[in-house]
Amino acid sequence: MTKKPFRPDVDAPVYKGPYVPYDIIKEGAIAVLVVFILTAALALVFSSPDEKAVTIKTWSNADAVDFAQTAGDELAGTSAVANYGAPYNNNGTSQHWGFLSPEKWIGVRIQINTTNDFVIDPLSAQPAQPALSAALSQWKSASSATQTAWDDAFNKAEPNLTYSNGKVNIPTKAAGPIPVLLNYETQMARSGALDQALVTQAGFYTTNFTKPLLFVSDGTYFAGLAEKQHLSGSQWGMMNETGQYPGQAWLWLYTFWYQIHPYSTSASADFLVWGTMMILTALMVLVPFIPGLRSIPRKIKIYRIIWREHYAAKL
Amino acid sequence: MSTDIERQWTSRIRHSVVDKLPPDKLLPDTQPAYVASWIYVFGVTTMAALGVIILTGIILALDGPQWWHSSTLGHFVNSMHLWSVEIFFFAMVVHLWGKFSMAAWRGGRSLTWVTGAVTFMASILAGFTGYVSQTNFDSQWIATQAKDGINSTGGGAFFNVLNLGQMLMLHIVLLPIAAVALTGIHVVMVRMKGVVPPFEDATTEVSA
Ligand code: HEM
Repeated sequence: MTKKPFRPDVDAPVYKGPYVPYDIIKEGAIAVLVVFILTAALALVFSSPDEKAVTIKTWSNADAVDFAQTAGDELAGTSAVANYGAPYNNNGTSQHWGFLSPEKWIGVRIQINTTNDFVIDPLSAQPAQPALSAALSQWKSASSATQTAWDDAFNKAEPNLTYSNGKVNIPTKAAGPIPVLLNYETQMARSGALDQALVTQAGFYTTNFTKPLLFVSDGTYFAGLAEKQHLSGSQWGMMNETGQYPGQAWLWLYTFWYQIHPYSTSASADFLVWGTMMILTALMVLVPFIPGLRSIPRKIKIYRIIWREHYAAKL
Repeated sequence: MSTDIERQWTSRIRHSVVDKLPPDKLLPDTQPAYVASWIYVFGVTTMAALGVIILTGIILALDGPQWWHSSTLGHFVNSMHLWSVEIFFFAMVVHLWGKFSMAAWRGGRSLTWVTGAVTFMASILAGFTGYVSQTNFDSQWIATQAKDGINSTGGGAFFNVLNLGQMLMLHIVLLPIAAVALTGIHVVMVRMKGVVPPFEDATTEVSA
């Protein structure tokens, strides 16, 4: 019989000491009871957050200018979503690290064309009104060069856009049908009809909110609300919840990377953070097999405290 | 005749199960004396919290995803669901560091560690899909923020955090099944091997 050498971080010594009575079912029952009572107490005292969801209706009524500007950016193709890239469209530069860019390799699978999906299609589904129909057909029949010229004129005038007496005013004469389209779009938004139009495009039943969520996320109103609730990315973002709730505290390491260089300043921050986390996760899962890493507990000796009675008894 | 019975698939499976996990190992009435630390409580606490999560989740499921916004009782059950999740993760993280400090993968227990770590991952996904299924401001914000991270990996094309139907199904069906199944495997593995013995300074004997 060949004797293998004893590897202290892989093999366990044979225990020859005493055994003591231990009622694991009773322990489990007590644990369930204690956790149940603790949970109920925490729920009673601290409750849970439930801020109402933002709708396009509440947004456009609270800040019509921000809404109209955002809708204009969607129409002109200058919004963040319009230039996102995969998986929504081909307009952005994909995140990458060197030649690694899975986002680009997988490509567009949730097609979003902000001009049509967020503005032109919902307006086209409205009951025909002469001014709207005329503006829509002017837009649809224009060459893309003409559309771009209108977009450029809108972009220049956009910072001075105002809203008064139920009307969006865009100080330019060169934006073609855009002012009329944005007026109808804003009316539609303020009545709540746009919320419906964005979710029902897939048919009667709907469980998919990709379009309205992307639209809302392009405005500054939504981010402003989040900022007030200390939820923005530089405030440890989505790990938190509204109010003073602990949120997903276990994501601290993931959100941590976004706070520091080089992640915080990289255009591919998301990809780098995910890559880092995947490597760290693999290391955690595989600790028992990684020499060096698996010796840490023996060296830091916290086990001495955990098993102090055992070691004391042996002396 | 008796040899025929012994060679049945049924008897063979029973023998191998009973050999690996006899009833007094599955539900032992004693433990080695070194199992005398508060740290051992956290595995059981994690399981207990998982039980409360599932119970409150089932109540939330009965009346559909909108109920808790309008009912006081519903809101309370939702609060319990949230707080049991917080306790669950707290206990699991203490458990994880405890097991790390004891190098509890020693003596053929590495798969116990691996299944534990995979359960941790599944739980994070389950928690995340829950956060984006709340149908309120938090879920809107978390989903629109998280999409960038997931999209950057290419995963967003298949795992669309803005698609409530997909997230809710994952959260209330697929991921709970995964978490419970993984926990079951994890705990059975612990019972099969028994609790890992302490480090000893002078040992050369390798346990089975
Ligand atoms: C849903 C999550 C989990 C549950 C319900 C759970 C439950 C348990 C229970 C009841 C035990 C036996 C009692 C004890 O020593 O505490 C145990 C042991 C163990 N757990 Fe977990 N666990 C979970 C997650 C984890 C994680 C994330 C890890 C590490 C990555 C882990 C690693 C271990 C190890 C190595 C043992 C063996 C302990 C020994 O032999 O002393 N578990 N777990």
